[in-house]
Amino acid sequence: MYDILIIGGGAIGCSIARRLSKYDLKIALLEKNIEVCQETTKANSAVVHGGYDNIPGTLKAKLNVEGNLMYPELSEELDFAFKKTGSLVLAFSEDEMETIKELYNRGIKNGVPELEIIDADRAREIEPKIADNVVGALYCKTAGVVDPFNYTYAMIENAIDNGVELFTETEVVNLEKKGETILVKTNNRDFEAKYIINAAGLYSDKVANMAGDDDFYIIPTKGVYRLLDKTKADFLNIVMFQTPTEKGKGVLVTPTYDGNSMIGPTADIVSTVEDTTTEAESLKKIDELGRKSVPGLDLRKTIRVFTGVRAKPNTGDFMIYPSKKMDGVVHCGGIESPGLASAPAIAKYVEDILLSLGMNPEPNKNYNPKRNSIPSIARSDLKTKMKLVEEDPNYGKIICRCENVSEAEIIAAINRPGGAKTVDGVKRRVRAGMGRCQGGFCGPRVLEILSRELKVDPTEIKKDLLGSEIVIRHLKK
Amino acid sequence: MLNYDLVIIGGGPAGLGAAVEAKKNGIDSILIIERDWELGGILNQCIHNGFGIHEFKEELTGPEYAHRFIKQVKENNIEYLLNTMVLEISEEKEVIAMTDNGLIMIEAKSIILAMGCRERTAGAVGIGGYRPSGVYTAGMAQRLINMEGLMVGKEVVIYGSGDIGLIMARRMTLEGAKVKCVVEISTHSSGLNRNIAQCLDDYGIPLYLSHNISTIHGKHRIEGVTISKVDEKWNPIPGTEEHISCDTLLLSIGLIPENELTVNAGIELNKTTNGPSVKSNMETSMKGVFSCGNVLHVHDIVDFVTQESRVAGRNAANYIKGFDDSEDKLLIETKALDGISYIVPNKIISGGKDGANLYMRSKNIYSNVTLEIKSGNKIIKSKKMRTMIPSEMINIPLKPEEIADLKEELTVEVIGI
Repeated sequence: MYDILIIGGGAIGCSIARRLSKYDLKIALLEKNIEVCQETTKANSAVVHGGYDNIPGTLKAKLNVEGNLMYPELSEELDFAFKKTGSLVLAFSEDEMETIKELYNRGIKNGVPELEIIDADRAREIEPKIADNVVGALYCKTAGVVDPFNYTYAMIENAIDNGVELFTETEVVNLEKKGETILVKTNNRDFEAKYIINAAGLYSDKVANMAGDDDFYIIPTKGVYRLLDKTKADFLNIVMFQTPTEKGKGVLVTPTYDGNSMIGPTADIVSTVEDTTTEAESLKKIDELGRKSVPGLDLRKTIRVFTGVRAKPNTGDFMIYPSKKMDGVVHCGGIESPGLASAPAIAKYVEDILLSLGMNPEPNKNYNPKRNSIPSIARSDLKTKMKLVEEDPNYGKIICRCENVSEAEIIAAINRPGGAKTVDGVKRRVRAGMGRCQGGFCGPRVLEILSRELKVDPTEIKKDLLGSEIVIRHLKK
Repeated sequence: MLNYDLVIIGGGPAGLGAAVEAKKNGIDSILIIERDWELGGILNQCIHNGFGIHEFKEELTGPEYAHRFIKQVKENNIEYLLNTMVLEISEEKEVIAMTDNGLIMIEAKSIILAMGCRERTAGAVGIGGYRPSGVYTAGMAQRLINMEGLMVGKEVVIYGSGDIGLIMARRMTLEGAKVKCVVEISTHSSGLNRNIAQCLDDYGIPLYLSHNISTIHGKHRIEGVTISKVDEKWNPIPGTEEHISCDTLLLSIGLIPENELTVNAGIELNKTTNGPSVKSNMETSMKGVFSCGNVLHVHDIVDFVTQESRVAGRNAANYIKGFDDSEDKLLIETKALDGISYIVPNKIISGGKDGANLYMRSKNIYSNVTLEIKSGNKIIKSKKMRTMIPSEMINIPLKPEEIADLKEELTVEVIGI
């Protein structure tokens, strides 16, 4: 019997788990994939938006601004990769400057601090790579970039440290009211809980249906991205948007936390939330638009193209509310952009809903809000590097050449709470295989380390999803 | 701080060859730094034969070829470090490297860059569709199969006709897989003719030229690909799509020299080869830093790597001994004209004692043409070529007397295209 069951191990579910772990409650998180962070959280813009473009009065507007402001402190507490880079919305004509003014006013209404309309010269000072025909920009200093994987792992690790249980490969198939509690049927066992949090992302409407609610449905909206190799010459300083037009929000050109450049996304409605395909026309579209902002983008430096699907609700706003049909269920659905920026505030909002529903928990006496990230050789200075290797020689064994990731980091990624079970899980946690060779060199070594640490045969190790085994058999036993 | 006269970064064929040559030229204080757990580089996973025809006049396997040099390194008591990753080279020729015993710092009089290359990935060509498992670069599959004894799949499609892809077509067939086809976007293969014959034709594996792979199917494990014919601009021709089922896709779409250390050290690169820009003595834009092998430009046969490594090793030795071949001499730029895609080296030392070894590739397939090397109006060398193929590197050695008093840009051109 659980107090709370959270369905979905994305950025939202994991943030909620961590938030609630400060209470003396029995909490579990159910994730249908092999690991957390395997769907929308793994493929998005990784931007912590300032919050100026949401319509005032919406939940999105409120939670984005709140969430954004929570990031700096949270990233210190949980030691995840977040950098306040600021963002620019570039205007290419005087007409677009009018829209910039509207965005500015909206931002002020939403309570976004440190917003500023700047001229082209100032914009160029901030980011010299912008196009010559930029006439001005909206400058939002509070925007930033986060490593969405790192964020999510920090949340789940800290949650588990504080007593939350994680069940992976556990897919919820039905919810059933049973007196004061709810019976949760999954693909492998039943759970019972007083409260259910539906943070099922792309499947949040389906889970809402299980509780009898049909207030919203997901319109799967695909976004295609291109990720470029990181080189000193191509480094970008700031997140860049284009002025939104009737045609859409415009394409984003952004640095990642680790210094790669990224362009995207498209926004195409697709028939299924499973559709993470990338196609040539979409790439062509983002390439053209990306070059509109930064003409010098060297697309030959592409190391990966990928696609994420937004959990876009038909209602246009986040759908966070207690079920109207099944007491004890709280939906947290339709979390599209700015979901990542809002995530910490969403967790707090869900906490408030639970408290308002009469949940009256004691504090968790052993609660430790702190979590340390896995020390990284690549990010350390020489002295720290020396110290790390002295303490653990595995820090001196560099497995991933492109990102300089050591064996010690990979072992830690696997053995941490809620740790990596897949090759892509290792990649997202410590960046082995994230670099320019995309695992061409380190892939076989990572496979071997996973197999050794998890004590399973290499043929059982998967790339990421169920059914994504990497090797099929041994040539000789 | 350690001190060596010569530090060689990379223990593959280029690094090993350069080390042995430097030793022969009187340098005793040499350190080879290798990031993998054994010397030999990628040759270790190339268990097929065909290596060393020029160098040893016999056909060796990759490990055998490597072993001949490893043996010489050991016999000559040349020091080497394994599992050691160079993190940084400074302008003062200080090398910082990571080992499991900790960080080491080495002061070198001279450095040879021999870090090899890496494979282009699916992202680089933007193949559409999902990102399932079962998609490998050919080299990664080669390592898994040949070194780890792990089979990657049963039904294979190969994209790109680079040599590793061709070799893997045969290798996977021999391990019982069905290789359905090799898909090449260009009008000609980027692999050696002998590999087309020995790895595809001998096994009845079709090669689809002027075709691309537009889409990968299957979300978890790859289930198939869509291929299309392409026009001369490599755009797919509508209506020519064909679905091919497979559980494995190998990518053999090109190699890129690994020059991150080079760039971070501020050494100039050649935009065409992606390798350092070098003089005819293999010296880079940084005094005393030399380069050879696939980090300089991608070779199709290892024998040329060895040949080039000797030039680098010898000149590094000379530099350490205080004879700098380029000192006070005129540097003559090389320029690829009609029909030539690139030339290494980028600069010829006019009057250089060593002469100059020109390596180049043709832009296209040509037959019965003349290769003409000129400086100003003076023809230095002219060579009748029955065929020229981009995948087959051309090596034209120029003797010291042929470059004795070069004054004007050295051009290479294909006449009669």
